[in-house]
Amino acid sequence: MTEGTRDRLVERGDLQALLDALRAGGYRVVGPTVRDGAIAYDFVERVEDLPAGWTDRQEPGRYRLERRDDGALFGYAVGPHAWKKLLHPPVQRLWKAVRDGDSFRVEAEVEDDAPVAFLGVRACELHAIGIQDRVLMGDRYVDSGYRARREAAFIVAIECGEAGGTCFCASMGTGPGAESGFDLALTELVAPGRHAFVVRVGSERGAHILEAVPHREASADERAAAQAVVARTASRMGRELDTRGLPELLLRNLDHPRWDEVAGRCLTCANCTMVCPTCFCTSVADGNDIADGSASRVRRWDSCFTMEFSHLHGGAVRTSAKARYRQWMTHKLATWVQQFGTSGCVGCGRCITWCPVGIDITEEARAIRATDGAKAGGGDGKS
Amino acid sequence: MIPAEAMVPTVTRVTSARRETADTWTLELEPPGGRKAAYRPGQFNMLYAFGVGEVPISISGTARRGGGLLHTVRAAGPVSGAITGLKRGAALGVRGPYGTGWPLDEAAGGDVVLVAGGLGLAPLRPALRALLAGRERYGRVALLYGARRPEEILFRRELEDWRRRLDVEVEVTVDHAGADWHGEVGVVTALVRRAGFDAARTTAMICGPEVMMRFTVAALRQAGVDDARMHLSMERNMKCALGHCGHCQFGADFVCKEGPVLRYDRIRERLAAREI
Amino acid sequence: MENLEQVVKEHAFFRGLDPRFVALLGDCAADVRFDAGAFLFREGDPANHFYLVREGRVALEMASPHAGPHRIQTLGAGEIVGLSWFVAPYRWAYDARALEPTRAVALDALCLRGKLDEDPALGYAVLQRFVPVLIERLQATRLQMIDVYANPGAKKGARR
Repeated sequence: MTEGTRDRLVERGDLQALLDALRAGGYRVVGPTVRDGAIAYDFVERVEDLPAGWTDRQEPGRYRLERRDDGALFGYAVGPHAWKKLLHPPVQRLWKAVRDGDSFRVEAEVEDDAPVAFLGVRACELHAIGIQDRVLMGDRYVDSGYRARREAAFIVAIECGEAGGTCFCASMGTGPGAESGFDLALTELVAPGRHAFVVRVGSERGAHILEAVPHREASADERAAAQAVVARTASRMGRELDTRGLPELLLRNLDHPRWDEVAGRCLTCANCTMVCPTCFCTSVADGNDIADGSASRVRRWDSCFTMEFSHLHGGAVRTSAKARYRQWMTHKLATWVQQFGTSGCVGCGRCITWCPVGIDITEEARAIRATDGAKAGGGDGKS
Repeated sequence: MIPAEAMVPTVTRVTSARRETADTWTLELEPPGGRKAAYRPGQFNMLYAFGVGEVPISISGTARRGGGLLHTVRAAGPVSGAITGLKRGAALGVRGPYGTGWPLDEAAGGDVVLVAGGLGLAPLRPALRALLAGRERYGRVALLYGARRPEEILFRRELEDWRRRLDVEVEVTVDHAGADWHGEVGVVTALVRRAGFDAARTTAMICGPEVMMRFTVAALRQAGVDDARMHLSMERNMKCALGHCGHCQFGADFVCKEGPVLRYDRIRERLAAREI
Repeated sequence: MENLEQVVKEHAFFRGLDPRFVALLGDCAADVRFDAGAFLFREGDPANHFYLVREGRVALEMASPHAGPHRIQTLGAGEIVGLSWFVAPYRWAYDARALEPTRAVALDALCLRGKLDEDPALGYAVLQRFVPVLIERLQATRLQMIDVYANPGAKKGARR
């Protein structure tokens, strides 16, 4: 084993040094913190800002914070926020157009924000970031703002010690252990008389930051304990999704009666798309500034659940809730694979937890698999 | 790879605005940097009207003189309304060209049938011009065009020029007409049966409203044209044209990248399904 | 004089018809010509003929008191004009007018209906050709009705 891949150990009491090192390295640190009764990702400066002793209880349509009987800093699964809010901002001005004689000129928006260090990125979220990379910078066209933010971001992953009630990363192959895509990866060890982090280095800049944090080489026992944390979490997944032949299954069942059934429950509220860490769709709005006569274009997150999303010449292509739910789920689990070579789902469970009526994507997929080939009623539609 | 400013339009000017019908204009745009703009017939640009917004508009040809790109736009909403209202000399933003073109090389050696419905003639016009420019590479060439009413026929003068040629069959029909119209009345699909082409070696290029394209495909299939030799120009809501906004997805295809021109055998099942 | 049986046999509408039936149809056939502008028939008149167009062009029109005639469809060589001869009360439902010098075979409706009644096999063979044309025209009418090329912005104030 080379020096770079050897596991280290950082004591809980030395974690502040990591935050300080990141700040000293020019990063603004964003990490988990308790906000409005949920774990949110926000700016953190002190270890005390982290949700020590909190966990989350998640079920379809339900999310509640509860106290733990230990002081774990990362003893929850995931909250409603995804890191996409930092890499692919919810609202962003793209450019401003200014009158110039009888013409106009367009000035691209310049971003000069300091780079951000993401503290506490789950394995599913590392995969979600990788998936958005393929969409926004992995094809013919590159979203340069995304790429700049992405390349600047320092990623501190945290392997999961708790499986949420709606988690299913184990069946998606996206967690709960972190394999790649991080600068540093932490595994929290919490036991009577011990609170420390096993740390793996994933990049040179990760190694560089770690130099400023007191650490030692992790022992075989500590490494084994870290692996046990991940194995235990993997065995406690709240949900699972059978991905065998899933794209083909869904695409040959576009007229399955289950879509009507789920449409009867779906409120088309778009919550699932807002909390999803891979959903990337946006819309643009053109505005005018009355004061200086300039015009601008703002890009915002959009959702395939809105009617406006598929608007074409006086009407929407997907008017029914059935069509909009089907678009979302078939994109996530089927056409995404054709487009980008991976599923668009990482099994984080957010869409299940934050659905106001508790629609469960794993349950919907299971229902279709159980009655593969069923057709909605109403004859064959021929004339 | 397209750099940074992929969402930032280039400002150019309208060098001419020609009224085609009551609600449709053809704008000629100043070639950026004075160079003849390169594009493939079938591709589109994103046109931006200052302060109003941006819409995808197919390229309907290159100006005979000057080499500026032509865009034939129908006033159907605020943005297209603002664009059609631009006069000669007005400034507008342009991004592109984007998307796939018509399979002009693939069609070489066989017959070619273009079927246009309504405004769908606009992206097919540069295809026909290219076919005629390389006429010796193709067998029989036919343009079948269906319009709503006689007064809504686009490119009348050019249609007349094409009609006079002996090396292209041009059939025009309208859905609705009075007795003062001397041409054909009926749907464009009816022209498929009358047109002269050898189905076994025919490439079809189709553009029009989706309903019209579905029935045109049915008529061409009945005539014996292979599914893999029919190409349709699809349309979906579009915000970015870069494959990033997600709006134009039609099944697994982003119409802005994999389309707008898509081969029928690729989209057959989707085209038959509802609300995709 | 040319052999009308041969003309019937070679017309696109009857292509492939059993020669025995062709002979029966030949008994009902007459060669007709219409100058440009001449009416083949007018709405309300008895539907006494069924036309197989050989050359020229025919417009089907519906008269309207204030807007002039609406032209519904134009037909040419290889196509048929007239559906009402088959259905009681055997009256034309629209006008048919030659747009240019037009030549057709006119099958006498009374003669034709008699032959079809006498020989159901012939009746079926004719219907096999007749019904697809009906369906095609019905479908074409539907497409015209939904007005696919209309500008939606003109109707509803589209938002794009």
